[in-house]
Amino acid sequence: MPFEMLVAGCLAYVALMFGVAFAADRAAQRGHVRWLDHPAVYTLSLSVYCSAWTFYGAVGYASRSGLEFATIYIGPTIVFTGAWWGLRRLVRVARMHHVTSVADLISARFGKSNPLAAMLTLIAVIAATPYIALQLQSVSLSFEVFATQSPDGPEIGGGTALWVAAGLALFSILFGTRNLDADERHHGVVTAIALEAVVKLLAFLALGIFVVWGLADGPADIIGRISAAAGEPAREGWLLRPDRWTTLIIVSAAAVLTLPRMFQVMVVEAADEERLHVAGWAFPAYLFAMSLFVLPIAVVGAEVLPAGSNPDLYMLTLPQASGQNLLALLVFLGGFSAATSMVVVSAIALATMISNHWLTPLWLFLRRRPAGETPEDLRGFILNARRLAILSVVGAGWVYHQASGGTTALAAMGLVAFTGMAQVLPAMVGGLLWRGANRMGAYAGVGTGFVLWLAMIFLPSVGIGTSLAPAAGVDPLSFAIFLSLSLNILAFVAVSIFGFPDPVERLQGLSFVSTVQPIRHSRMARTEDRAEPLLVMARRVWGADAALRYFQAQAAAQGKSGYLPDLTPGFLTGLERRLAGSIGAATAHAMIDRVAGGMTLTVSDLMEVADEAQRAKEEAQRLETATTELERTARQLREANDKLTALSVQKDAFLGQISHELRTPMTSVRAFSEILKTSDLSDEERRRFAGIIHDEAGRLTRLLDDLLDLSVLESGNTQLTVSAANLHDLIERALSAASATRPERSFTIDRDLPSEHLGVITDPDRLLQVLINVIGNARKYCDAERPALTIRVLRREGNGPQIDISDNGAGIDTSRQSLIFEKFARLNEPARAGGAGLGLAICREIMAVLGGEISYLPGQGGAAFRITLPRKPPLGVARGGV
Amino acid sequence: MKPDILMIEDEPNIAEAVRFILTRDGWRLALHDNGLGGIEMIRELRPRLLILDLMLPNRSGGEILSELRADSDPALAGTLVLMLTARGQTGEAMGQADAVMAKPFANDELRAQVRRMLG
Amino acid sequence: MSDRPLFLERASFRRRRLGDAARVLPVLAALAVMLPVWWLPAAFSFGAGAIALFGFWAVLILAVWVLHRALIRAEAATMRAGGESPGDSDWTGHDAL
Repeated sequence: MPFEMLVAGCLAYVALMFGVAFAADRAAQRGHVRWLDHPAVYTLSLSVYCSAWTFYGAVGYASRSGLEFATIYIGPTIVFTGAWWGLRRLVRVARMHHVTSVADLISARFGKSNPLAAMLTLIAVIAATPYIALQLQSVSLSFEVFATQSPDGPEIGGGTALWVAAGLALFSILFGTRNLDADERHHGVVTAIALEAVVKLLAFLALGIFVVWGLADGPADIIGRISAAAGEPAREGWLLRPDRWTTLIIVSAAAVLTLPRMFQVMVVEAADEERLHVAGWAFPAYLFAMSLFVLPIAVVGAEVLPAGSNPDLYMLTLPQASGQNLLALLVFLGGFSAATSMVVVSAIALATMISNHWLTPLWLFLRRRPAGETPEDLRGFILNARRLAILSVVGAGWVYHQASGGTTALAAMGLVAFTGMAQVLPAMVGGLLWRGANRMGAYAGVGTGFVLWLAMIFLPSVGIGTSLAPAAGVDPLSFAIFLSLSLNILAFVAVSIFGFPDPVERLQGLSFVSTVQPIRHSRMARTEDRAEPLLVMARRVWGADAALRYFQAQAAAQGKSGYLPDLTPGFLTGLERRLAGSIGAATAHAMIDRVAGGMTLTVSDLMEVADEAQRAKEEAQRLETATTELERTARQLREANDKLTALSVQKDAFLGQISHELRTPMTSVRAFSEILKTSDLSDEERRRFAGIIHDEAGRLTRLLDDLLDLSVLESGNTQLTVSAANLHDLIERALSAASATRPERSFTIDRDLPSEHLGVITDPDRLLQVLINVIGNARKYCDAERPALTIRVLRREGNGPQIDISDNGAGIDTSRQSLIFEKFARLNEPARAGGAGLGLAICREIMAVLGGEISYLPGQGGAAFRITLPRKPPLGVARGGV
Repeated sequence: MKPDILMIEDEPNIAEAVRFILTRDGWRLALHDNGLGGIEMIRELRPRLLILDLMLPNRSGGEILSELRADSDPALAGTLVLMLTARGQTGEAMGQADAVMAKPFANDELRAQVRRMLG
Repeated sequence: MSDRPLFLERASFRRRRLGDAARVLPVLAALAVMLPVWWLPAAFSFGAGAIALFGFWAVLILAVWVLHRALIRAEAATMRAGGESPGDSDWTGHDAL
């Protein structure tokens, strides 16, 4: 086959993957997640387990060691037969705590300790780098098979690996670091991986069927050939060794749980634990299908191909030697899929760990600020940190590949990575099943296992030192696995037994082992002004919209209106867990602590909480619901009462206000008209006094107009003139009309013009009135030295647009935010500038009549208003007031 | 020259009208347009009459009056005060004023009141 | 009226026993895969071993499929009968901290 065709096919396949990932991301964005969440997609995504090491390497492994290759697939099969009670529980706990990685899970369990997570990340990175190098190697090797076959094939070598690495880094960055959602799922990546899983499987099955029925004479013939191997001296390695058999099954069972990429697709990307009902049998079935033809291909390859061929490449050389070029291409794409999916998911998983447990804590530590910190864009930092981490992970794999340059040195790296991550298993399983497990135990166990693994498995595999063989006849690898895991477990259990965990850790332990909701924060709300800094902090992580949405929903759940919920323990705990989904449990815990006040848990808090959990478990489910309901009603009542009190004070003041607002201009009018009656005035004086009278009369008229407007709006007899208008034009007109307010101030105006071109069906004059008022207010009251106005329009699916208008001034005190929409609630008096304090009250009434809403957005670093419109005004109001 | 009258009023047009009216009667008038700093002005200028608007920005006329009456200097505490109000109601603080006038007022009424108070 | 508690208990009982089966299955599977190799390594290394291994593997997959179907139905039945929520099945209870 021409080499160019291979490259073209490869590029087309890559383009397809980008397209699929892009389409899936878009579908997810629009909320079409039904098919993306299908258990089949989930099951297929689990196949990242089968990397290029297993795709190509399994046949080579089987050629050398016979059935032993199957251990790599049997371990995960056994784990998945326990999906119902084991994996479901793991996924449930992990989702409950919004866990982002295997390191995050363990650090969250052991008291949200970041050093522990950082250490686990180190192990994962060390284990994964050669493994990623292996994938790059397999792709460049498989390219070479084709290139050397055609004599005029271009010279390729390290170049392939570099291109592949760059492409994979690009893919991972594009689809792995798009968003920073609290649940950390990547639909695009998962869907592309699922498709690659299908290609992998089809390629393997196609080759297998060709070998069994095309090259050999069916299954019976194959079995005969396998049995015949029993006597051959070349097949000596096929004799199974019980020690290797057992330890390899255990290690691969551990790896399927702890490998960063497996944890990513199995736990982090899982929508819920229901997926495992299907995956429990379907994933073992996938592994079964992937290994069914391994042995046949190995034996047939050995007979058909010339002696000395590399068994690791039988998959490609076998169809080529038989002249099956298309089949070879399919197998090549299968191997390519295996390698790329492994690298992409590993890179994303490792990047999450590196950014959450290394970079973000370091950055927060370096940029420690006092409590009154200014908002900084943490979200941008985290995303960039992830991008950088992806580049470093893939780059390190490439550097390793180049540096080792070796073919054989890499082959063992799959097992090396498996055994390395297996060291994490005791802490993980122990943490989930045993309340007594504690952080020091986890350090001791994982640390011991890590050091032994480095010394006995990792370093020898890269050519430093030699592996220890305790006695003749004992397999060194089995011995190393056995020793490291045993001492790991021993240290973990022993130190846990003698250690004593701190309160946070004990609470987390309770939550993980009993699969109950994490314990609530015991620090109580102090004052409501702490809610705003929390909102500012959440905004830094999630972006403004997501943060506002979350806070509004939480406030609504408490029965409050607006964006600032009470800092109940439930709210704080929920917030911390959602933040943990973006930045890891340890960091989220530290950040909340810093903002919400650094009260630490005391033993009495602990007892209180323990009692609460006990009660909840026994029978108080109902009672608790009732209590919550009662609390909510009480809160609603309290809020209504506060508002009524404030309103009645205002109502009292209202008549006084009206009186004041009417009498003030009238005083000037009367005084100057009496002065005008006296004769001894200069012409200039007359003109000036008449001018004053004119101005004050105008002010009176405006006030009366406003009052009339308001009373009509309030009575519900408003006549709307509904028509279609371009929002951009309205904003343009409002800006130019409002510029008459304090014309001496020049504002920087920040708009996003393309997004403004939206048709709205509303009463354009009324909407314009609101816009002018809000913009005019900003001009009037924004006290910044360089005043700036930001206008953002957001198109909402199935709804009218949302318009955010904010300035960069001092904003409005939390205590006054609920009053500004009331009549005569003028804010800072010195700048009253002619308004009567009715503007925002009128705006609110207008928006109600238009079927939309205007509200104050707290925590935006200035005064900010959000105007939302419905798709069209409600019918009932458009009837007019005739 | 020390003024006879200090007027604290935030509405520039009203202040101008009052100044025009009373200056023509020969009174010397000083103006201040804010609740803040009012007491300091009084202490510095020692006017014989204080014309005080009830609704002032930052600090109401009532508050200024209460503080003035509570001053340790008896001469200052006894300053004559004419309170102007645009609201229909009379508050407790207004009881401490020597005279109260509602806005709007007739110019002659104001002149007569000032003449009565300053003798 | 008298049937109801009986039904509830049956559904709940059945679900619990199926849950036990789900726990025992991986242990049995592990033993079934490991013990023969310790016992007779030579006999299981070649053709016969491959047939036995893949045969057992297929049966195991089938068993998990049947078991999960049964578990899902049992859970649904328990829910209908208004029994305790399925999530409690592996509740081990927790002592004081």
